[in-house]
Amino acid sequence: MGIHVIKMPDIGEGIAEVELVMWHVKVGDAVTEDMILADVMTDKATIEIPSPVHGTVAMLGGAAGQVMAVGADLIHIEVEGEGNLKAQASASSAPAKPAGPAPAPAVQPAPPVVAVPAQAAAGGATPASRAAASPASARVAREPGERPLASPAVRKRAWDMGVELQFVHGSGPAGRILHTDLEAYVARGVQGAPSAVPGGYRENHTEQTIPLIGLRRKIAQKMQESKRRIPHFSYVEEIDVTELENLRTRMNEQWGKERGKLTVLPLLARALVVALRQFPQMNARFDDDAGIVTQYGAVHLGVATQTDAGLMVSVMRHAEARDLWSCASEIGRLADAARTGKASREELSGSTITISSLGPLGGIVTTPVINHPEVAIIGVNKIVERPMVRQGAVVIRKMMNLSSSFDHRVVDGMHAAQFVQAIRALLECPAMLFVE
Amino acid sequence: MNQHTTTLLVIGGGPGGYIAAIRAGQLGIPTTLVEAAELGGTCLNVGCIPSKALIHVAEEFEKASHFASGSALGISVQAPRIDIGQTVLWKDGIVGRLTGGVAALLKKSGVRVVKGWANIVDGKTVEVIRDGESPQRIGCQHLLLATGAHATELPFMPFGGKVISATEALSPRTLPGKLVVVGAGYIGLELGIAYAKLGSQVHVVEAQERILPAYDNDLTRPVAIALKGLGIQTHLGSSVLGLDQEGMAVRIRNAAGEESALGADQVLVAVGRRPNTRGYGLEKLRIDMDGHFIKVDDQCRTSMRDVWAIGDVTGEPMLAHRAMAQGEMVAEIISGKRRHFSPAAIAAVCFTDPEVVVAGVTPQQARAQGIACIDASFPFSANGRAMSLESKDGFVRVVARSDNHLIVGWQAVGKAVSELSAAFGQSIEMGATLEDVAGTIHAHPTLGEAIQEAALRALGHALHI
Repeated sequence: MGIHVIKMPDIGEGIAEVELVMWHVKVGDAVTEDMILADVMTDKATIEIPSPVHGTVAMLGGAAGQVMAVGADLIHIEVEGEGNLKAQASASSAPAKPAGPAPAPAVQPAPPVVAVPAQAAAGGATPASRAAASPASARVAREPGERPLASPAVRKRAWDMGVELQFVHGSGPAGRILHTDLEAYVARGVQGAPSAVPGGYRENHTEQTIPLIGLRRKIAQKMQESKRRIPHFSYVEEIDVTELENLRTRMNEQWGKERGKLTVLPLLARALVVALRQFPQMNARFDDDAGIVTQYGAVHLGVATQTDAGLMVSVMRHAEARDLWSCASEIGRLADAARTGKASREELSGSTITISSLGPLGGIVTTPVINHPEVAIIGVNKIVERPMVRQGAVVIRKMMNLSSSFDHRVVDGMHAAQFVQAIRALLECPAMLFVE
Repeated sequence: MNQHTTTLLVIGGGPGGYIAAIRAGQLGIPTTLVEAAELGGTCLNVGCIPSKALIHVAEEFEKASHFASGSALGISVQAPRIDIGQTVLWKDGIVGRLTGGVAALLKKSGVRVVKGWANIVDGKTVEVIRDGESPQRIGCQHLLLATGAHATELPFMPFGGKVISATEALSPRTLPGKLVVVGAGYIGLELGIAYAKLGSQVHVVEAQERILPAYDNDLTRPVAIALKGLGIQTHLGSSVLGLDQEGMAVRIRNAAGEESALGADQVLVAVGRRPNTRGYGLEKLRIDMDGHFIKVDDQCRTSMRDVWAIGDVTGEPMLAHRAMAQGEMVAEIISGKRRHFSPAAIAAVCFTDPEVVVAGVTPQQARAQGIACIDASFPFSANGRAMSLESKDGFVRVVARSDNHLIVGWQAVGKAVSELSAAFGQSIEMGATLEDVAGTIHAHPTLGEAIQEAALRALGHALHI
């Protein structure tokens, strides 16, 4: 019998760390060739790691949620024959220790959800009021700034539990806080809370610590990166989409059955494609470290998609080469792929400009965050009927706002405005969308 | 350019840096440690360990000399001689074994050790330069500065020639006939006493009015008596003006303004240590400083996120065991644990003869903090073991709160009292009261009995006095 080691693969683009999202197997499981062992995730995509061998799982290199270095041992599989792990004396004498440089640090956020009594946050007044509620056990007579007296072991345990010793009564000699005091304090903090006042009107002292892992961490990093690096310039314009909506209704009546229903999104995509011919600087990626803006002929349109796990941007490649229905079906397909977590890396990266739409929740104005390193994002607000003045008369029109953000380092306000006005002109007179 | 990335990058392989790296390695954090010289830092190479080795040699030599001139113990020997070259070889052997041990521990923990001079590029990138090799660039998530400190130089009497620092004093090629020690702090006195025992004529010059100015009079008195016994001349309240024209003597001026010259073959300057904050790009980080030191909070975080600092570069007390505790803590914080640096006491030992050890506060310090306290001493003259060690000078002193008898400080002076520091530190850290220590049976016959007796005396019922 030998051990076959699978290392965390290099998924490309110089990524040094990969997050382990989920195990499909556990130690002791029998695995067959091509069976999926684990899901791992990079900035962009979730990737399945299949088994290249038959065998039994001997060791898992990390826990779900861990960020692992590329090249770290992902899994050990016991196989017939020699395996690919050289038999080392040290390895066999210390089997429990992962051979590679294992867990990165940020990912051991104690227990995922810890409820701690929140007196710490409440400051000095709380202990006194608490003392009144539960007399004997809660006496804490410590001057502000006075150091709570506890042995190093008790101190360490309190830190691990997230308890501020300042508020724990010490029953030992000289007011020393003992392990039992700590336990009593925590027990009281949890069950002591719902008491006295009936009904929902009572102080709630629970806290939840939720580690930022997986997609949520990626989103946080991306958003922060974008806002930190890019000075956003936002511009909002209202657009009369009455004509556009009429056209869309007509098209759906005529071709809806055979070609599929159209939403506003494909029409907007078409408007972008046409407007971008005039404003190529908006269809670009800005490598700010290198100081290079790359403009693209192709319009790879990012479409912000809400999934259960969080926000993802799926990418419709070559929007300029697609008609309305091809656009519509591609957008639908990508959204499904993103929501089921099966979108490939290519389907989640490489966009050159992004559309963000909250559909019926679109609101009046949004301030979209640019999908770094792009330079523009178009936010779609909801369509509402509004009284408008046309040729001296009040008429009811379908109005929609576009809220757009631009990278003000490389896009001037004037050009941004002209770009949005060009989109508006196209959408208000939809026939222009189809003039080549 | 050579390049690699790591999670934790430690600059400096002294006690703080290597401990942080080992602990981080144990916790599975990918760690790289950069050190330009030998692993072990000041402590192992030119500080704690070699000085204790030299002190041991001096003690043994003095013992033999003492026996040669007639001894109450009934031992007689012929006049001893010393081969200082062999002494240094022996000391270097110990240092070599210990630094080799550190390297092995680092390796065992999976720490990557890079030899070379670190140069900070930014808070996440360090370039390591080594003679004859292309620079190596290391990227990291966490940067830990453990760069230590160096001996302070006197501007009017810089190091070089006969003016030496402790580093050179620990590797003598020959023994100076006349040694002038500038500074009567613990480094100056430890080495001054050792050289005196080895046969040098030693003068100690101190600007303040007493030796070991950090300690109180009761504690330093036995040391002052011992200095006299060794023939070491102290010049207190005197300032050093520099070498004379010929470079043969050190000119000093006493409190009365009178100038004199002390002949010197060597001048050991031990007037304190300055943090190492220059020459490795620290200024590029623009982090907050606290005087000369890097400012850190109680988790050793600097003002820049994920840049940490520990040990001598972060301030007093500049002690190896403080740096080690900080290093261990930082590694644990990086691994996701909640930790703070909040020791109740950090014991400090002065390896003079007699030794001095302090932990916690002295009676004066406690009263200055507004703590009503009691203190009591137990003299070694009433301790059987001390007598059998020919050491009657010295005492153990305890300081406790009057209201609840919580022990807040220990001090001791006497032969071999450095080992009592363990008991001192532990009792304070555990929150022991006088009754706890008084109620613990201490083995007889040991110096440790003086600890129990001091506690008993503070409670008003010492048994042997």
